[in-house]
Amino acid sequence: MSLSVQLTTKEDVLLVRLVGELDHHAAENLKQEMQTAMREKNAKHVILNLESLSFMDSSGLGVILGRYKEVKQSGGEMVVCSISPAVKRLFDMSGLFKIIRLEESEEFALLSLGVAS
Amino acid sequence: MKNTMNLEFSSLSSNESFARVTVAAFVSQLDPTMDELTEIKTVVSEAVTNSIIHGYNNQLDQKIHISCTLNDDVVELEIRDEGIGIDNIEEAKQPLYTSKPELERSGMGFTIMENFMDKVEINSAPGHGTTVKLIKHFKKSKTLCN
Repeated sequence: MSLSVQLTTKEDVLLVRLVGELDHHAAENLKQEMQTAMREKNAKHVILNLESLSFMDSSGLGVILGRYKEVKQSGGEMVVCSISPAVKRLFDMSGLFKIIRLEESEEFALLSLGVAS
Repeated sequence: MKNTMNLEFSSLSSNESFARVTVAAFVSQLDPTMDELTEIKTVVSEAVTNSIIHGYNNQLDQKIHISCTLNDDVVELEIRDEGIGIDNIEEAKQPLYTSKPELERSGMGFTIMENFMDKVEINSAPGHGTTVKLIKHFKKSKTLCN
């Protein structure tokens, strides 16, 4: 029932694949893992692949918004891809798509950031 | 027939998933759709997280209570804590409002509850804890007998 965070770097993009459930309990760990990876890999942009995210609540929105602010601050972009209808509903409700771009797949998300997958 | 379930657990964040999965298992008896089940899990997660973070200020040794009643196709949920209570309920319900922005809260908890449930009632007073009452009618069974 927990969250597994898979991190990969492609050029200056940090690719984050989330597997499982993102709630308040999992949010703190996700924040730290992403912050560490951004720093160590010197990544500029972030792609969040939510294909295998089976549950998310407003704590997930909070931690994603927090990372968006950091990425934006350093001149990067955040892209979300492969989102499920249930998770998309929460993004829509909170207006997060006004600032975070949505792409259909990881491949499109990488292309949109100028990285060939 | 009325069917009830009561749950009491410690105010640990690891119990958030326990709470929503347990309530989901109980309401599954009404044969809800996947969407309805996701909605129930989400609102339980929201209310329990509020109790832990706001009601109890992340103290780990407190108790959260959930009572759930099924009556025909109606689910009634009560999620209660004995924490610090809410000073201004109208303010707390505003979309994107949070009293703890430093904790990266989105301020969407009550908005999600109001969107996913038919009725949301908040009873709270400073120093007297908070009870959130949530009611949802499940859409009547997909198979019609003519």
